[in-house]
Amino acid sequence: MRPRLLSRMSGALLVLFLGLFFVPMELPGLDSGTAFAAEAVAADAVVEVSPYQPAPNLVEKDYPTFLGFNGRIFVWIAAQLHLWFAAFVLAVPIFVFIIEAIGMKTRDKRYDNMAYEFIKVSLTAYSLTAIVGGLMTLGLLVFYPHVMAYMTSIFKETMIFYALLFFAESACLYIYYYGWHWLQGPFRKWVHLTIGLLLNAVGTVLMLLANSWLTFMMSPAGVDSAGVFNGQVWDAMHNFLWNPINLHRFVANIAYGGSIIGAYAAYKFLSARTPQEKAHYDWMGYNANFVAIAGLLPLPFAGYYLVAEIYAYSQQMGITLMGGIFAWLFIIQAVLIGTLFLSANYYLWCGLGRSEGGIRYYKYMKYLGFALVAAFLVWFTPHTLVLSNEELKALGGPYHKYLGPLGIMPAKNTAVNIMILMTYLSFLYYRRANKIATVNWVKAGNTAQIALFTMAIANIFFLGIYHGYFTNTVYKVAASIPQVLTTLTVIVMSTVIDSMIYKNSTEVAPQRWGRVPPRSQYALFLLAVSFTWLMGLMGYIRSGIRQHWHVVDVFRDNSPDAFTPSLGYATNVISVATIMFMAMVIFVFWLAQISGQKTDAAGFWKE
Amino acid sequence: MKIPRLLQAILVLAGVYGGFVLVFDVILEQVIPSSLLNMYMFFVVAGTYMVFTFNEESTEEIVAPIKALVEDPSKKMMRNVVFLVVPLFFGWFTFQQMKPSFEAPLELRTIHPAPPSAVKVYGKRYNLLTLENPFRKFEKEDPEKFAELVRQGGAVYIKNCQYCHGDKLDGKGPYAQGLNPVPLNFQDIGTIAQLQEAYLFWRITTGGPGLPKEATPWLSAMPVWENFLSEDEVWKVILFLYDYTGYSPRSWEHE
Repeated sequence: MRPRLLSRMSGALLVLFLGLFFVPMELPGLDSGTAFAAEAVAADAVVEVSPYQPAPNLVEKDYPTFLGFNGRIFVWIAAQLHLWFAAFVLAVPIFVFIIEAIGMKTRDKRYDNMAYEFIKVSLTAYSLTAIVGGLMTLGLLVFYPHVMAYMTSIFKETMIFYALLFFAESACLYIYYYGWHWLQGPFRKWVHLTIGLLLNAVGTVLMLLANSWLTFMMSPAGVDSAGVFNGQVWDAMHNFLWNPINLHRFVANIAYGGSIIGAYAAYKFLSARTPQEKAHYDWMGYNANFVAIAGLLPLPFAGYYLVAEIYAYSQQMGITLMGGIFAWLFIIQAVLIGTLFLSANYYLWCGLGRSEGGIRYYKYMKYLGFALVAAFLVWFTPHTLVLSNEELKALGGPYHKYLGPLGIMPAKNTAVNIMILMTYLSFLYYRRANKIATVNWVKAGNTAQIALFTMAIANIFFLGIYHGYFTNTVYKVAASIPQVLTTLTVIVMSTVIDSMIYKNSTEVAPQRWGRVPPRSQYALFLLAVSFTWLMGLMGYIRSGIRQHWHVVDVFRDNSPDAFTPSLGYATNVISVATIMFMAMVIFVFWLAQISGQKTDAAGFWKE
Repeated sequence: MKIPRLLQAILVLAGVYGGFVLVFDVILEQVIPSSLLNMYMFFVVAGTYMVFTFNEESTEEIVAPIKALVEDPSKKMMRNVVFLVVPLFFGWFTFQQMKPSFEAPLELRTIHPAPPSAVKVYGKRYNLLTLENPFRKFEKEDPEKFAELVRQGGAVYIKNCQYCHGDKLDGKGPYAQGLNPVPLNFQDIGTIAQLQEAYLFWRITTGGPGLPKEATPWLSAMPVWENFLSEDEVWKVILFLYDYTGYSPRSWEHE
């Protein structure tokens, strides 16, 4: 029963995933710089009649100090903590809704219980989101009052709307959570699901609003070159980078939410005292990891789309980001993304041991491991190398003749597609582990799948090498799309073929949930910590490419902290924030644990 | 004879390490930088760990000799040797890493300076976001004229640029050895092939002194060509750079 449900779940996620991929094709702003130029012209045309003030030209004393606090670090950490919690609490209701719907459709109570447990964990995080969000706003008001005044003058309507939506979000969440057991039964379950849908809709709109503010600071629209607002808030919201960020954050949130819940399940698994508990949290961890991987697979594409759009919006920003002062953080990013893939795969491989049937696939894991590591090495190879003087002399320059070409995007795109395919293959092996096919065309089906993978890998290499290195840049960038489509086609077609092969399959032996080594649970922790750190670093880069501007090219940052931090400084701040966040998350896990415990206090109360 | 799992893992790691050195340093004669090799090996170790420990049987096989070394009374002598040699090795390794040397520290150089949104040269302000090569249109409209412009650009290059950037545009001109940072190799797929022509216009006209303040010191010896070449000459030399290398400038439009 469960595999069928899982394949349905995969189907639902795949549809979502494909939707996410195709929707941006229709998004305005994809036609590169022209859109921005047109917006800028439109903005210039209304300058003279605008009643709005230009962006202020601040001096050092316009930035208040308070008790020796460093305003920038205060706001930075508070904003980052807010973002982590917000990503988590926005994502959890999305997959809770999907899992609840699966439970309702199949009438399998375990799904309903798991969905409830997921939302229970996110509930405490919800109030922490609000608390750190309040801290961030307070920090902005105290340390950057003029910036807030300027932003408020443009976005005041959306800010009020945002606050009101927060009430709606809270109402939906509380009814959704506290009404879970009350709203059970044929009709009531529908009502409950509808509330879940509303909760997600409100949450998504909240995220879109907040995204419009930060993307306005990166790619301002609806203002002229002096920062005078044209009065149309939609123009300011619908700026060049809004949709790319929306898409990237939406997908990343799902992956992140899955990874945090996975860490929760691992925490519970490791502290479980009975085999039943172990089995339950093993199953929960598996599902959470499934969600995280489902979100992780399309994420590099969404990220690539975002960066391509940043490049299209401003070559200066693009180069600062990928080739300039932030380039080394991108190498760290590549390393962390690779770590995510490795730990997700390791977790799946460890899971083969849950059934006796998995043993027959052990021998293939070394090939998967080889392909994954090889692709990973390409993925993080830098273009400009760190060289000693001796090496510099031996190579005759900072670029390596053979490794240098691996440092640019076509090689990275090829590598990440291979990593995604290998991860999918790990999943496929896991899925087959405990099954014996009963259809008589197993051999033909397997051959078709092998052919599919072979052709896809050949096509990904061809696109990456030919288009990546022997054609015009516009084709180089464009070649990434057929590469992605190849990967997606394999995933979809292979899932269909596999489902057909294993229809009415028999089991090798009962699946033994809970029979996984503790190492696999640490892989889940690694996934969550890597994700958190990664989001922090990438968030810093996204914000940092504004450099000495509050609003790029419009509103200059003249505070003493307007400098771009060194790599060490930035990574230290993010690492401290990561530790703070993880400590708070452990607190949330602990709260979820004690909320289910009862102490027998016989003799304390009057009988 | 079956090779013990722990030894297998060690052999895999040694083989990969040796393979990298053999392929790059010996066969291809392009040394693999130690910084990169260290990063590679870190993740090769991670991958090997994954492959060797994802199932219980294999993990137990790997751990068994280590456990025996620590717990087995009959291995007392070997244990003492290992417990002495391993800390000594790490001590020696740390000392080698930390001891003062005359070697300049490694630099995380930012080789790609980010362009400003506008540049002021030849008494005019150019918006680098929209600036285009005025001669590029002739590539389709009048190929003969275009070829002539490229030829003229080539002449400008040979008279002014090849001393550093080389007559093959590979950054190996006669003066290149005396410069650090070394002149850019335009044949590298990661240089002009990734850039818009406006970027090259900015780099050529403003030279080393026009580099941004971030990520200094640049130490670039590139002259400010605005003082020596006309605007048209700069655009022509840019045509030549792309024509000779066979790359196309970065653009957002399909041909």
